[in-house]
Amino acid sequence: MTDLAIRTQALVKRYGDLVALGGVDLEVERGTIFGLLGPNGAGKTTAVRILSTILKPDGGRAEVLGKDVVDDAAAVRRRIGLAGQNAAVDPNLTGRENLRMVGILGQMAGDRVEPRAAELLDRFDLTDAADRPLRTYSGGMRRRLDVAASLVTRPPVLFLDEPTTGLDLTSRNALWEMIDQLVSEGTTVLLTTQYLEEADRLARRIAVVDGGRVIANDAPEMLKSQLGSTVAELRFGQEGQAARAMELLAGNVSGRVELEDKTVRITAEGGAHILVEVLRILDADGLEPEGLAVREPSLDDVFIALTGHHAENPEEHERPDAAVGRRGRGA
Amino acid sequence: MASPGAALDRRIPFSAIRDTKAVVQRNLIHYVRVPQLLVFSTIQPIIFVLMFRFVFGGSIDTGPIPYVDYLMPGIFLQTVVFGSLATAIGLATDLKSGLMERFHALPMWTPAVLAGRTIADLTRNVFVVVLMMIVGFLVGWRIHTDVLGVLAGTALLLLFGYAMSWIFATVGLWVKDPETAQAAAFPVLAPLVFASAAFVPVANMPGWLQPWARNQPVSVTADAVRALTIGGPSGSLVLKSILWSVLILAIFAPIAVRLYRKAV
Repeated sequence: MTDLAIRTQALVKRYGDLVALGGVDLEVERGTIFGLLGPNGAGKTTAVRILSTILKPDGGRAEVLGKDVVDDAAAVRRRIGLAGQNAAVDPNLTGRENLRMVGILGQMAGDRVEPRAAELLDRFDLTDAADRPLRTYSGGMRRRLDVAASLVTRPPVLFLDEPTTGLDLTSRNALWEMIDQLVSEGTTVLLTTQYLEEADRLARRIAVVDGGRVIANDAPEMLKSQLGSTVAELRFGQEGQAARAMELLAGNVSGRVELEDKTVRITAEGGAHILVEVLRILDADGLEPEGLAVREPSLDDVFIALTGHHAENPEEHERPDAAVGRRGRGA
Repeated sequence: MASPGAALDRRIPFSAIRDTKAVVQRNLIHYVRVPQLLVFSTIQPIIFVLMFRFVFGGSIDTGPIPYVDYLMPGIFLQTVVFGSLATAIGLATDLKSGLMERFHALPMWTPAVLAGRTIADLTRNVFVVVLMMIVGFLVGWRIHTDVLGVLAGTALLLLFGYAMSWIFATVGLWVKDPETAQAAAFPVLAPLVFASAAFVPVANMPGWLQPWARNQPVSVTADAVRALTIGGPSGSLVLKSILWSVLILAIFAPIAVRLYRKAV
């Protein structure tokens, strides 16, 4: 028996001329969290839709717990839970009614639906709101209910498509803890995200996707070691100054130095002390940056490191219109 | 915690009925939680009743039959036909909200989403038709036959409304947007409801329009319900109406199910 919960081979999906997935190979071990990291339009949602049997691939194959997503879709559906970017819940039903409906349609035995709904409402801190229609919920509450709905049937494999987009910090942290706990109970989670921080915090492995292809697939530590852990950005008043700073710093500091317009970006291992070094060199030449920022590497930095270009964000942004966006490439 | 997957019930043969029932319930809850859905779908036919009964009715010649007795079966038809638009809007809304996506990823009986929607709208039609009958009584509509005739007429109306729901299920799944569904509906509805015997006798229409106006499903059903409530030979009209409904179902139910499978 394989220890893989999810496996895709050369998965292809096209929308007309647009290639949403251009041959994607993924392997997700049972009982782990796998992060699919990429910008909007990279093909993350398309991959999740194929794996959750909503969409048929145009080429290649995909298996969930050894069941083919096309030939054995019914068996796959009995083993998965899905929480999407758009809280896919019924706004006119109460939280409890939503969970009940998902339990019944998920083919749970009748007498187990009610206790399971109550348990999840409690676990997601929604008991007080359980009998209110969802349209009275806040965005964060809706999202929690959406995730709760994906868990009703205790699926061994869970797909979370950008689960924390639009959540406040508290809700996000609560959801992260919840995901950790599920995995400790044996659930396999495939999570898509635009945030390196999120993938890093949760996932054992991360696949970086860009334009429908996997451009990196590694443990987060390995990705980050490629990246460096600190990004310092120095903004200058004039391009000439920036170019001069670039010249002075390149090769003289331990890290990668890049120039873009009036900004010099230094990506380095090992924290903020790099700044001391940088500022000393600049000061010796009488150069003074106008602005200075130190931050953790972002998705964009991953892209620059891996591809040399920014994370592309072609036309489609935050799925403003679900019906049309749904037909489109998916994020 | 139980092992993953342990709570799944494999009694799949039951799932068609159980799943459909769950979807019906969910859609009926909407009518309770958002009563506007029901209020607006009944205000329009009530206005039509008042308008035709008291404004236009005097100028419409229906021979020996009192116009109100001619009018009300047409109103019932109009009510169920316009009401079927709710099927399109409901499905398009679910598509847009992402709820359909969840349904597609669940191990449910696939047509349950459509069966549940149309059966909920059928249930609403029962309520609305009864309400319109009460309104009819208040403005002078009378039954000249018997209870059996009224029941048969109601059954015919409901069957036709159910068939119409599948046309609009197809429209809703096709256009995928509630506003567009609403706009797309009128060109379908106008020739059916107005170029018909619903409100005025076909004999006064231009000759080229008469063959359509006489035989199209709304006219046939309205005339059948008239025959069943006023009296006179009803057999062939009832049969024609049933045939129309069956034909519509046979064409649109498979199309709608196919569109649903590919909807997200």
